[in-house]
Amino acid sequence: MNKYLFKLYITGESPSSSRTIANLRKICDDEMSSEYELTIIDVTAQPQLAEEGKILVTPTLIKEFPLPVRRIIGDLSDKEKVLRGLELAENRIKKGGA
Amino acid sequence: METKHPLSLQKITTNIPGFDHITCGGLPRYRNTLISGTAGSGKSVLAAQFLAEAIMKSGQSGVFVTCEDSPGKIRANVASLGWDIKRWEKEGKWLFVDATVPVEGQVVAGRYEHGAFLARIKYAVGVCKADRVSVDSLDAIFCQLSDRASVRQELSAIALALGQMKVTSLMTVERAKEFGKISRYGVEEFVADNVIVLRNVLEEEKRRRTIEVLKFRGAVHKKGEHPFTIVPGEGMVVIPLSSFELTQESSEERVTWGNEGLDAMCDGGLFRDSISLVSGASGTGKTMVAIEYICGGLNSGERSLLFAFEESRKQIYRNARDFGTDFEQMEKEGRLKVICHYPEIMGLEDHLNSMNKTISEFKPARIAVDSLSALERVATSRSFREFVIGLVATIKGQQIAGLFTSTTPTVPGGGSVTEAHISSLTDLIIQLRNLELNGEMRRAITVLKMRGSQHDKDIRELIIKSSGIIIGEPHRNVAGIQAGHPVKEPRPNE
Repeated sequence: MNKYLFKLYITGESPSSSRTIANLRKICDDEMSSEYELTIIDVTAQPQLAEEGKILVTPTLIKEFPLPVRRIIGDLSDKEKVLRGLELAENRIKKGGA
Repeated sequence: METKHPLSLQKITTNIPGFDHITCGGLPRYRNTLISGTAGSGKSVLAAQFLAEAIMKSGQSGVFVTCEDSPGKIRANVASLGWDIKRWEKEGKWLFVDATVPVEGQVVAGRYEHGAFLARIKYAVGVCKADRVSVDSLDAIFCQLSDRASVRQELSAIALALGQMKVTSLMTVERAKEFGKISRYGVEEFVADNVIVLRNVLEEEKRRRTIEVLKFRGAVHKKGEHPFTIVPGEGMVVIPLSSFELTQESSEERVTWGNEGLDAMCDGGLFRDSISLVSGASGTGKTMVAIEYICGGLNSGERSLLFAFEESRKQIYRNARDFGTDFEQMEKEGRLKVICHYPEIMGLEDHLNSMNKTISEFKPARIAVDSLSALERVATSRSFREFVIGLVATIKGQQIAGLFTSTTPTVPGGGSVTEAHISSLTDLIIQLRNLELNGEMRRAITVLKMRGSQHDKDIRELIIKSSGIIIGEPHRNVAGIQAGHPVKEPRPNE
């Protein structure tokens, strides 16, 4: 099963955090054919996880699977960039062409 | 009524040599200080030393946030400065926050802030109970920001967060040029409470490192640039020019020159803590006077130190042996130390640092430097002046008797840069001159000034024999010796 694995690092329950989560969910629902699993990490509550992941900014989105691992920063408001960053754009084009 | 300032800023002692002096006591506590400098100006050394000194000297701990180099690279870089970061990490005194951007890169899709960065620093500060934080360097973080407004905003947020963590912190930023804009974006220095600028300027083909406290919000500091050097095994050593305070007590006790004639010219001898300058052209006998002075110290039981920049150890030993003192034996007994160096082996700041170290380790009662002017050729005139002030400050501060020799550029004698720099700092000036008289070269000696004492006003003959120096009769009937043009005057009764 090709399930997408995402980790999203945010800072507390800020408007920016909820906006980012909403943006991500929308992109996933609209653009992705397969299922995905999203883990949300609040760096203020679990700073050691931010340390382990060497996270600098919030929000940071990590696509852990499928490889290669990709890192996207920002509130994900720029959909095109998110798709390109996740390398979903190419998949979509490939799918469309098939 | 007595006014107190309960709200005045407390400072923390950094223990970086000389740094606490120019900052009037260290860095403002719980505040953030921005260190700005060009590439290679010593920012990273300062950032690391800020933590290292706290760990070594006061048992505190620190967090080093690295945004450019990997922790491994930093450990290797500072090893030559004598800091074993690996050991401190094991002891839980040093913690790295590796804030380098991952090699695989990242895509920017929207607005973001440095929340995770701050959360990680806060976490690290809690883990090792840090008192100090160094961030090196902020540029790696700022270079991803698009405009000056966001740099300003992020920097304010970082500074504020660090302040709330109850740590005293240093952050480095790079500047493109030595002069002009302090920082790359031109806003960093406005946001920071405190700004220190490091410079590494090429001046007359010589590198000169300086440190300047540009601003300390709400706290005093010394003004202007101060030279510093980076010493292997020590790190940054700041040379505080303004540390020369005329507060030391003045001694009434007299000590001997080691020569009856010289003592007589100085009304019975030198003052215990006086700085003397012996100036004269090549061949006038300066080194001989310096050796006689050291012999005099040794023979009255004083620990003595001789810095020789012109003659070799063997030559000095031979001269001293002729004068009746075995320097080699004295050195073995630990009563004397002779340091022979070519001036060119290092820069003046390093010379000063190593001389200061020798002085504080050996604790001499008497010091001679032969010659001060030899050091002039390795530095710009500004560095030289700073060197002289620094050295005099050390000697005066420890109440040591000091003697400097200085070579004047022309054979008959005359003004030299050394004299111009040092004459106001000295308590005693002796001039030596060559003079041509009745078809032969003779020597003359005169005491030009002696603070707080009567002295001989005669221009006397100086005779150098293999067994020592002899002060002869006054050169009567000769005028113009000091001016370098001796002319025989007719005797009054002729």
